[in-house]
Amino acid sequence: MSVLKRFNWSGWLVFGWVLLLWELGARGTPKLQLYFPPVSQIFVALAQALMAGPILQHFVVTLGRFFAGYLLAAVLAVTLGVVLGYVGFLHGLFETVIELLRPMPSVAIIPVAILLLGIGDSMIVAVTVYASLWPILINTIDGVRHVERTLIDTGRTFGLRRLQILRQIILPGASPYVVTGLRIGLSIALILVTTAEMVAGSKGLGFFILDEERAMNSANMYAGIVFVALLGYLLNRMFLLLEARAMRWRRGMMARETA
Amino acid sequence: MESWSDGFVRTHYSINPFFHPPVPILDIQNLSKSYRQAGGATTMAIGNITCQVEAGEFVSFVGPSGCGKTTLLMSIAGLQALSSGRVVVNGKEVAGPPPNLVLLFQEYNKSLFAWRSVLGNVRFGLDARGDHSAAAEKKARSLIELVGLKGFEKHYPWELSGGMQQRVAIARALAYEPEVLLMDEPFGSLDALTRLELEDTLLKLWAELKTTILFITHDIEEAIYLSDRIWVLSRRPSQILQELKIDFSRPRDQVRTRAESRFMELRNDIYRQIGNQGLA
Repeated sequence: MSVLKRFNWSGWLVFGWVLLLWELGARGTPKLQLYFPPVSQIFVALAQALMAGPILQHFVVTLGRFFAGYLLAAVLAVTLGVVLGYVGFLHGLFETVIELLRPMPSVAIIPVAILLLGIGDSMIVAVTVYASLWPILINTIDGVRHVERTLIDTGRTFGLRRLQILRQIILPGASPYVVTGLRIGLSIALILVTTAEMVAGSKGLGFFILDEERAMNSANMYAGIVFVALLGYLLNRMFLLLEARAMRWRRGMMARETA
Repeated sequence: MESWSDGFVRTHYSINPFFHPPVPILDIQNLSKSYRQAGGATTMAIGNITCQVEAGEFVSFVGPSGCGKTTLLMSIAGLQALSSGRVVVNGKEVAGPPPNLVLLFQEYNKSLFAWRSVLGNVRFGLDARGDHSAAAEKKARSLIELVGLKGFEKHYPWELSGGMQQRVAIARALAYEPEVLLMDEPFGSLDALTRLELEDTLLKLWAELKTTILFITHDIEEAIYLSDRIWVLSRRPSQILQELKIDFSRPRDQVRTRAESRFMELRNDIYRQIGNQGLA
């Protein structure tokens, strides 16, 4: 739909104004520049860091952890969600566990992960998997359980077996929910990677941001933040593009229903 | 009136070696269905239904709403377990959905696959059977044409009107070439004109493909217009109150057939049967 195609001029203009206000405010109060360096300095710092290379290395590390954690969570959660959604008896068994664990803020698991896995890649990936698992799992279960009964009966009357029904009816029927879960999981994975890198890491963008803060290089710190923000923005955009392709039937249907 | 399947008639057949009765394609014997409710009490939805359908027939159940018609069809289609009795389709007792029988649902918007195009939906039954041949493709396309949807092959269900969606569902069911097609108030949620149109489409296809159709409706006139025979159902627990033979010549005509005086007589007759039980 238009969301992807139309460029929101006024929205970007407001964003430009915020940056300008920041720039002017920072220049007007030199005493505060340690905390709020002018935007121009942040971009210069970002450019320098990019040229010099360290931030790119941190970026590659973060991206690797992010994808490892996110993809692992996606595979695990979708598989588990389909099984739990389809087999009512198993859902009954695990529902309470899920309901109790899910609302816990996932960062609270970081100390446990450090205790078990030490401070390294595996700990950060594990924490990311744990956190982004929940929204994907919950949405997949919901999606599977919400597939129209009549659709399943239609499959049965045409002689489909249980596994065929799963593949040809349940999975496509649940896919809009699964995609929603995957989108939420994406942001959560990024949050957890960054946080875990701050708590226990010697590499990665999260570590970079905190490290620069400790060295009082606030321009570099902000450069790191801008980089993470851009990363999140781009990943989300990429996801929406993929979704638009895979779920074309759904978009048209939604557009029709809201019209 | 007793149904023509009672024990006496069968005995009569069996002692006459020269008389071969037609073997019914669908044989429903003492079907009953009850539900256990939340409180533990059981409700009887279907009392005790026995009837036979011959191959190529168009028969209807007509009854008041809430009389368990859908339950009856779900049970015949093997989608729900029976409480007692048995259903035999073409000589084989039903335990699970039989391969030569398809149930078409009233809610076309819930029975079409939103992620499949019109062609994809019509092909569904063939794909399910693993038939990806060129002949299957041709069959699907010709059925789309027969139901009047040529040119809409690539459209998705949500791009079509309700009547067109139900046409897709009909084409999908017939592309599968079932020996028996069960239809659960297929035109119940369509507007009156679309409904008449689809009745004629269905009759045309039925004449052409010689499928056996068991139709359920609460619309008395629709049942008379379409059927060879009608079974009038009582309210819950539903039972067959009466069997009526409908012998208007075919092809039938929405104006001419419905204008016959016998049509009104039948309508009034059935209406009294159903109405006598008090309104639901």
